Formats: sequence, C-alpha cells, structure tokens
Amino acid sequence: MPTSAGVEACLPIGSDLDLVWVRQHVRQAAARLGFGLVEQTKLVTAASELARNTLVHGGGGRMDSAQVTRGRAVGLRLAFSDDGPGIADLELALKDGYTSGGGLGMGLGGARRLVHEFSLESTVGVGTTVTVVSWASAPPRLREEF
Amino acid sequence: MSDSYGRPVSVPGASAHVPVLRLGDVLLVTLQGDLYDSVAQQLQEDIGATIATSGVTGVVIDISGMEVVDSYLGRVLAEIAAQSSLLAARTVVAGMRPAVAITLVELGLTLPGLRTALNAEAAMDLLARTGSGSRFRRSSAEHP
Ligand SMILES: Nc1ncnc2c1ncn2[C@@H]1O[C@H](COP(=O)(O)OP(=O)(O)O)[C@@H](O)[C@H]1O
Ligand SMILES: [Mg+2]
Repeated sequence: MPTSAGVEACLPIGSDLDLVWVRQHVRQAAARLGFGLVEQTKLVTAASELARNTLVHGGGGRMDSAQVTRGRAVGLRLAFSDDGPGIADLELALKDGYTSGGGLGMGLGGARRLVHEFSLESTVGVGTTVTVVSWASAPPRLREEF
Repeated sequence: MSDSYGRPVSVPGASAHVPVLRLGDVLLVTLQGDLYDSVAQQLQEDIGATIATSGVTGVVIDISGMEVVDSYLGRVLAEIAAQSSLLAARTVVAGMRPAVAITLVELGLTLPGLRTALNAEAAMDLLARTGSGSRFRRSSAEHP
C-alpha cells in the first residue's frame, strides 16, 4: 500500500537548482504512489515545465505536493504558485507555440496534455497557481474537475 | 556546503559537468542524470567552441542516461544541432528512452530537425556511413 510519507512537501522554486529538486521529488513521490514508468516520466516533465514557468515568468515561488485519493484511486497533486505578474490572457498562454519571450511556448499547453487534471488560476498583478493531478492507475471518472 | 533551506548545494543525481570526448572526427557528449539549465546552456557554448577549434565533423549526444527531457532541454538539443550544422558538423541524438519519446510527443515537441539513432554506436555508424567522417574524403569520392 502506498503511504503519504515522502509525498507531502512544499519546495521552494527560486533557482535552476530548485528545478532539479522538484523533478527528483516528483519522480520519487510518483514512484512511491505506484505510478508506472511512462506516467512518472510524463508527470515529472509536466512538473519541470510548470516549475520553470514559476521561476522564469513568475519570478519564483513554490510547489506543494500531496497525495489525493478518489475511491480506490491514488494520485499525486502538485500546485505551483507564485506572486508574480500573473497572466492576462489564459487562453493565449495555453496555446502551443505562444511565448511572451525566450521560450518554445510548449510548457503550459504541453503540461496540460501530460497530466490527468489541470487547472490554471491567475490574477494580473497578484500571481499564478497551476494545479495538476495525475492518477497512479486509470484515472477515475471525473477527469477535468477536482 | 548547504543553502538557506539546509539542503546540500549539489543535488545528488544532478550533473554539474558533462563529459565531452573526442573520437576522431566526432565529439561524443554523454548526458546523464539531471541537468541544471545553466549546465545545458554552457554545454551548448562549449560544443560550438570545440567544433570551431577542433574541426570535428560530427557530434553524437548520448541521452540514454536522461530520464526526463523537457522543452528547455529539447530546445538546447535542437539549437546544438542547428549551431553545429552552421559549423559544418552534423549532430545525432542517440539513445532516447521510450518513455521520454512518448512524453515528448505528448508535450508537442517532435524536434523535426533532429537526427536520431537508437544508441551511440548506431549514431557513430550513421555519421561514418553518411560521410561525416571526413569532408575531404567525401568530396574526393564525389569527384573520383
Ligand atoms: N507563472 C507564470 N506567471 C506569469 N506568466 C506565465 C506563467 N506561466 C506561464 N506564463 C505565460 O504563459 C506563456 C506560455 O508559457 P509556456 O507555454 O510555458 O511557454 P514558455 O515558458 O516557453 O514561454 C509564457 O510565455 C508566459 O507569458
Ligand atoms: Mg514554459
């Protein structure tokens, strides 16, 4: 049975070194919760994209990680938040290839495809929080809400 | 050494240095573990400088040791290939793990300009076979 030990965490995101910690934490937590190799790889990649956005666009922030359960399904919820400039046009930001500068513009839209549930909340001048959930086994019925 | 959160400054499993080996006309670059963004950036500059000074005609980047390739590293690989090409060298990315390939497709990063091979040996063969081994030999073969 998976336990929440080593899964619950709040990690700072303030440098590219922190991105390495985020990837390692997510990899280990997902493995602990019974994620298969491909699902682990997808979730770690999504986390890497979102954490880099927190760092580069949000000016730094944190990632909160927690185990979630729904019925018999076990999942991992990751929330990336910052107190940065926020995103004025969410739809545009999610569009493949859109970048406000410097990137490939694949991070936000790509991360959304790599996880089972995705929510983006942002207020201009206040900050941004992106929350994702992936399930260790087949995702339960409600895919878009949590 | 530790940072303000009491964690060691170097993360176990993270690479602060990338081995670059010259094998004849080819540079063999082996990526392993996890890469800091700044290390990937530095690597791109180092490879450009090495091609320019050594005149190698091929670059093999072995990523069989990489568990994750995100859009940042994907872009660095694509830029290394583009930059090498301007310096008359060809790049082959070797040994991508199947889980990484599946993830890159879903991420939307198919890296169309990138030549790939299943492993470093196949990449070396590919470069040798397609004439990257020597610009001069190839041009003399074209004009016998
Ligand atoms: N945390 C954030 N704070 C502010 N803006 C953001 C944040 N995350 C994403 N964005 C905006 O969304 C755009 C698209 O993000 P992404 O798809 O990751 O592309 P990239 O990071 O390559 O620019 C970014 O260029 C940026 O303008
Ligand atoms: Mg991004």
